[in-house]
Amino acid sequence: MKAAIAVRNLTKIYSEGPVSVKALSNVNLDVQGGEVTLLMGPSGSGKTTLISIMGCILRPTSGSVCIRGRLVSDCGEKELPRVRLDHIGFIFQGFNLFSTLTAGENVELTLDLKNIRGQAAKRRAEELLTQVGLNEKYHTFPADLSGGQKQRVAIARALAGEPDVILADEPTAALDSTSGRAVIEMLRTLAREQGRAVVIVTHDIRILPFADRLVHIEDGAIKEDTATLHEITRLQPSPPLRERVSREAGRVRGGVHPAAFEAALRHSR
Amino acid sequence: MPPLAQRNLFHDKVRLAVTLTGIIFAVVLIIVQIGLFIGFTATTSGIIDHAGADIWVGSKRVPYLEQATPFSERKLYQVLAIPGVAEAQKYIVRFSDWQRGDGRHEGILIVGFDLALRYGGPWNVVAGRMMDLKQPDAVMIDTLYAAKLGVARPGQTFEIQGRRARVVGFTEGIRAFTTTPYVFTTFKNALGYTQLREDQTLYILVKAKPGAGLQALKRRIAERVPGVDVFTAAEFSHLTRSYWMFSTGAGIAVLLAAVLGLVVGIVVVAQTIYATTVDHLREYGTLKAIGAPNAFVYRVILKQALISACIGYVAGMIVSLFVVHGSQKGGASILLPWPLGVGMFGLTLLMCIIAAVVSINKATRLDPAMVFKE
Repeated sequence: MKAAIAVRNLTKIYSEGPVSVKALSNVNLDVQGGEVTLLMGPSGSGKTTLISIMGCILRPTSGSVCIRGRLVSDCGEKELPRVRLDHIGFIFQGFNLFSTLTAGENVELTLDLKNIRGQAAKRRAEELLTQVGLNEKYHTFPADLSGGQKQRVAIARALAGEPDVILADEPTAALDSTSGRAVIEMLRTLAREQGRAVVIVTHDIRILPFADRLVHIEDGAIKEDTATLHEITRLQPSPPLRERVSREAGRVRGGVHPAAFEAALRHSR
Repeated sequence: MPPLAQRNLFHDKVRLAVTLTGIIFAVVLIIVQIGLFIGFTATTSGIIDHAGADIWVGSKRVPYLEQATPFSERKLYQVLAIPGVAEAQKYIVRFSDWQRGDGRHEGILIVGFDLALRYGGPWNVVAGRMMDLKQPDAVMIDTLYAAKLGVARPGQTFEIQGRRARVVGFTEGIRAFTTTPYVFTTFKNALGYTQLREDQTLYILVKAKPGAGLQALKRRIAERVPGVDVFTAAEFSHLTRSYWMFSTGAGIAVLLAAVLGLVVGIVVVAQTIYATTVDHLREYGTLKAIGAPNAFVYRVILKQALISACIGYVAGMIVSLFVVHGSQKGGASILLPWPLGVGMFGLTLLMCIIAAVVSINKATRLDPAMVFKE
C-alpha cells in the first residue's frame, strides 16, 4: 500500500548571503493513512521545516515528497496550492482562523476554494461543524469561542478539503488539558475512522498515549522512529516495559520526566 | 465566497476609520492643491476667458493682459474693414488708483468696454444692472473686494485718479490673481480713469463672423494692421497664464504645492492601505497554506483596496465640495472642474491599487513558516 505521504532523502538548507544553515539532512519518512505520528524534538531541530515541506509550502533543497504516490515536490508554483487544497489539511497552534468570519464561514472558505458554493457549501460546513461537535456555533465569531472550540473549527476547516494528510502544529499547546485531550481524540478518530494520516508536531507529552508512532528529530535528522507507544500503553505494560516507555519518552529533548510520563499513562486510561 | 475582504474592512471600525481618514485626507489634499492651481491659473486669464471676444489685438510684444501699451484708435477702423470681422470694440485693462472714503489709496485694474456691444463687460452681476453703467462715472466692483475698497453699498462715490466714481453694482467671484480688484466701467470713463488720450486704446476686441476661421482671420488682421500683435482669445489666455504662472514664480510655488499635495496624498494612501494589508498578513499566509492560489489572495486584497478607495473618494469629495464652496467667499479660488473630479476618482483607485500591489508582494513572499509560528 502506498504511504499517504512519503519523504525521501530530504535536505533543506537555508541560505542568506554567505551564511548557510542545514535545517534538514537526508530525512526519510513514510506516514500511512490511519496513522497518528508525533513529530517531537527540541526547538530548532527542523520539525517546522519538515512539516512545511510535507505540506508543500516550502521546497526542499534536495529529496522528494510523494503524496499517495504522486511526486509533489517537483510541482510548479501554480500547482502547489491545488496540491495543498486536495491533499493537505493544516491545524495550527494559534488556530489561524479568520477572525472576521464566523465559524461556518471559516469552513466555507475552504469549500469555496474547492468550488463548492452557496447552499451546498453551507450544508457541508454545517455537517463538518456537527462532526466536531459545534453545530450550534455556525454563526459565532472566533473571538466568542473557547480555545478548544476554535481548534475544533480549525479541524472542520482542515477536513473541508477532504485531505489525505492532516498536519497539526502544536494543536494542544494553547489549550487546557480537557480541551487538548478532546482535540487529540478527534484527530485520532479522523485517522482511525477516515483513514487519514495525521502528523502532529508537539512538545506535549500528554499526547503520547494517543499516538501510533513517535518520530524524534534533532539537528535536522531523525534520531528515533519509535513504534507505537499507543500500543505499548494499551498492553498495560509491566514495570520493566513501563520503564522502557519512560526511557523512550525521556529521549525527547526538553526533558520528559518519567513521572510525567507515568501521569500521561494514567491520563490515557 | 465568504465576504472576507468586506469583513476585514468593516470588522475593525477603528482600523476602518484610520484607513478612510487617510484616503479622505489624501483626496481633499490633492483636490485642494490642484484646485488651487487651476483656480489661480483661471484667475490670471479670467478677463480674457469671459470677455467673449474671438480675437484680441494688442500692442506689439504685449507680454500679458495687464501690460499693454496704448496705440491709436484708428486701428479699430482698419480692423472693422477686414473681411470676416463681425464687430470690434476698443478695450482697456490698466492699473489705476482708487481713493477710499477714509483717504486710503488702493491699486485697482480698470476694465473699460463698449457698453453698446454684448461682450467685454462684467459677468456674475449680483447687484445693479449692466445698463446702470451708462450713467456718468458709474463703476462696478466685485463683492470680494468691497471691503478692501471701502465700499459698503451701491451708490457710494469714490475717486479714481482724482476723478469721481460711483459704485452702481456688484459682481461676485471675479478675482484678480494679483489681488488688485477689477473695476468695470465704460470705455469712455476708463479713458479718464487711466489717463489715456481719447484717440488711444489698449486693445481691440474682435468678434468673428460665423464661419470665419479664427486663424485665417488672425493672419489677415496681422497682415493688414501694422504695429500690433494679434491673438486668438485662447492664445492670449495661454500667454497671460504662462506669464503669471511661470515667469513670475508665483505659479511655480502653487504648482509645486499641487505636486507635493499629490505626492503626500499618494504616500498617505499607500501607507494606509499597506498597513491594512499587513495587519492581515497572517491571514493571507493561512489562506495560502490552506490552498488558496495567489490570484485568490490578490482578489481579497484588491477588493479591500477598491472598497476603501470608493468610500474614501466619495467622503473625500463631499469634504472637498465644502472646502471649494467655502473658498468662493475667500480671496483664493479653488476650482473643481468635473475632469478633476473624475480624474481624482481614477487617481484614488490607482493609488489604492498600487499600494495594494506593493502589499500583495509582501503577502505573496511570506515566509511560509510564519503560519506555524504563534
